[in-house]
Amino acid sequence: MDTASLIFYLLATLLVITSLMVVFLRNVVHCAMALVAALLLIAVLFVTLQAPMVGILQVMVYAGAIMVLFLFVIMFLNPAALEQQRGLWWGFGTILGLMLAGVLVPLVATNDLPTDPMAATELFGSPEMLAKSLFNDYVLPFEIASVLLLVAIIGAVVLAKRDY
Amino acid sequence: MIALHHYLILSAVIFAIGVIGVLIRRNLIVILMSIELMLNAVNLTFIAFSRYLGSTDGQVVVFFVMAVAAAEAVIGLAIIISVYRHRQSLDPQEMQLLKW
Repeated sequence: MDTASLIFYLLATLLVITSLMVVFLRNVVHCAMALVAALLLIAVLFVTLQAPMVGILQVMVYAGAIMVLFLFVIMFLNPAALEQQRGLWWGFGTILGLMLAGVLVPLVATNDLPTDPMAATELFGSPEMLAKSLFNDYVLPFEIASVLLLVAIIGAVVLAKRDY
Repeated sequence: MIALHHYLILSAVIFAIGVIGVLIRRNLIVILMSIELMLNAVNLTFIAFSRYLGSTDGQVVVFFVMAVAAAEAVIGLAIIISVYRHRQSLDPQEMQLLKW
């Protein structure tokens, strides 16, 4: 087994463990911390897939901005003792999720997929190449994304305002 | 080298874990976190395909998914704060005004 596979299996194992922690830990703050770990592991996976720019964005946007927002809301509402005891539905939901995994995994584990990555140029995944693609082929979605973010800002302010 | 379907299986497993979280948890904040986990599983699929097919398009799509996920998290948390003010609870089971 070469180093690349070893790193992949290590990252995959840790990622599955942290994702399970997000779902099954009882304390919300612990869930948030496990989610930060999972997002950082995904960022490392992005870097190993020659997408360093997206990996850095992942750390900044998810592990930075979004998770800070989550932690602020947890701190704000302090929901530590609020979650009710989980009953029969707990086992039922887990079985449903396992069935979904049982459908998805054989579906993607076919043999007609490429086993080796394309020979990538040095520029692949760099900010330069990403920006060229973003501002040539995807200008319209880019502008729409900026409008979407503006709408989100206004919506968040209106929704979280105390009296309206 | 690792084959592409290893990455696809990994993201399918993460996605299923996220679905379990949405189904079983009774705390709105954790449900939102599980949705973020599912979005990240999809992002991983995009990046893996972009690497194995040698195209940058997948990475650009992940950029847009991140923008939409950020907007979704912001609006979702604002709704959670608003709901908490009205009901003093984060339990989705208690929101049954529209339930038949």
